[in-house]
Amino acid sequence: MSTLFSKENKEAFTKPLNLDNPIAVQVLGICSSLAVTSQLKPALVMGISVAIITAFSNLVISLIRNTIPNRVRIIVQLVVVAALVTIVSMFLKAYLYDVSVQLSVYVGLIITNCILMGRLEAFAMNHTPWASFLDGLGNGFGYAIILAIVGAIREILGAGSILGFQILPQGLYDAGYMNNGMMVMPAMALILLGCVIWVHRSINKEEKK
Amino acid sequence: MENKKGLNTNGNGYILVYSAVLVVVVAFLLAFVYAVLKPKSDANVEMDKKHQILAALNIRGLENDQIADKYAAVIVKDEVIDVNGKVIKDGSSKDKDGFMVDRSDTTNLPVYICKVDGATKYVVPLSGKGLWGPIWGYIAINEDKQTVYGAYFNHESETAGLGALIVEDKFQLEFNGKQLRTSDGKFVGVVKNGTVKDASTQCDGISGATKTSVGVNNMLQDCLKRYKAFLNTK
Repeated sequence: MSTLFSKENKEAFTKPLNLDNPIAVQVLGICSSLAVTSQLKPALVMGISVAIITAFSNLVISLIRNTIPNRVRIIVQLVVVAALVTIVSMFLKAYLYDVSVQLSVYVGLIITNCILMGRLEAFAMNHTPWASFLDGLGNGFGYAIILAIVGAIREILGAGSILGFQILPQGLYDAGYMNNGMMVMPAMALILLGCVIWVHRSINKEEKK
Repeated sequence: MENKKGLNTNGNGYILVYSAVLVVVVAFLLAFVYAVLKPKSDANVEMDKKHQILAALNIRGLENDQIADKYAAVIVKDEVIDVNGKVIKDGSSKDKDGFMVDRSDTTNLPVYICKVDGATKYVVPLSGKGLWGPIWGYIAINEDKQTVYGAYFNHESETAGLGALIVEDKFQLEFNGKQLRTSDGKFVGVVKNGTVKDASTQCDGISGATKTSVGVNNMLQDCLKRYKAFLNTK
């Protein structure tokens, strides 16, 4: 057990959650984070889907890393990722139909998410399966956290609700408050994401040095 | 790269065999998952469609487990008619005939005959093009075939916050009670936001989403035109 949770393995999981966050620090995969974060629920489902796919594609690639012909390795990685994405998308259609409609093409587009290919190429190709799995999980959740933050802010300010439940009281609206229509537009997601990265970097200023 | 099996992983033969095996394995895996999950996702698609038809009949906000029962209670038949108004399939099963007709089919026309609070209503499916992708909907017509009872619209990829507002009740409820036909032989439609001249047959479009509004209008004209014979019979 000691090797399973060794320092390196723990770091593979925890680093991408904060100090090496794929969105905030590596600035990867922001395209989908802009498109699916107008509400919290699709943002969460998207984040969890990506976490599952990065974890398992890392695991699979790491397992077969010694057999993959070097010249076609990107294609092999793509096939594995595409297969996993298709499976997740079929599961969403079967068990979370309304969310899968909301996410529409963005589930399929996980295939092109830079985080996935980045982790496969940079980590899974030369690490053991367990470490790769943790690394994938960490990066996926690091992505999910940022999505959830942006999704929550956009839903509160854009619709006054969280996960579909109205949380801003009706009295506030009667007093003249209005939902901010800008918040539901993708452009606002980019600005919010910028703010999240800004806050994140100023908090971590010390540690980065 | 290290190589445990002593095979030359960079040889052409190895690459070909490797790729072939990988693709076959993945194909079988996907086919298996698809086959296992298909009944479940088909049921979801069917329920979603019933939900949309009921929404056109102003039966909104149902929970998922109520939809099938409500649909069975409200819908009497899902007929298929042709452009001359002749009934091709009588649709007594409620969800096997008109319900199964593909949205792109322009010769087999589904008509859902419904009973809401004892009054007969007809629901006609609509499909067309929005600004970015397909849009579709259902329009419920009163028994007199002259007035609109309700409408429902949905879209695949219209702009969030603008064109996407066609799924909101606020836009859809505008259709309730409109005259189905205009004096110059057209159908109830949508005009650019703020330019309604005849409130009995025109709905106000969405501000900032003129292209989507025009798309909804074209969809109404194109689809209802095919039902002309049906709508002319009393």
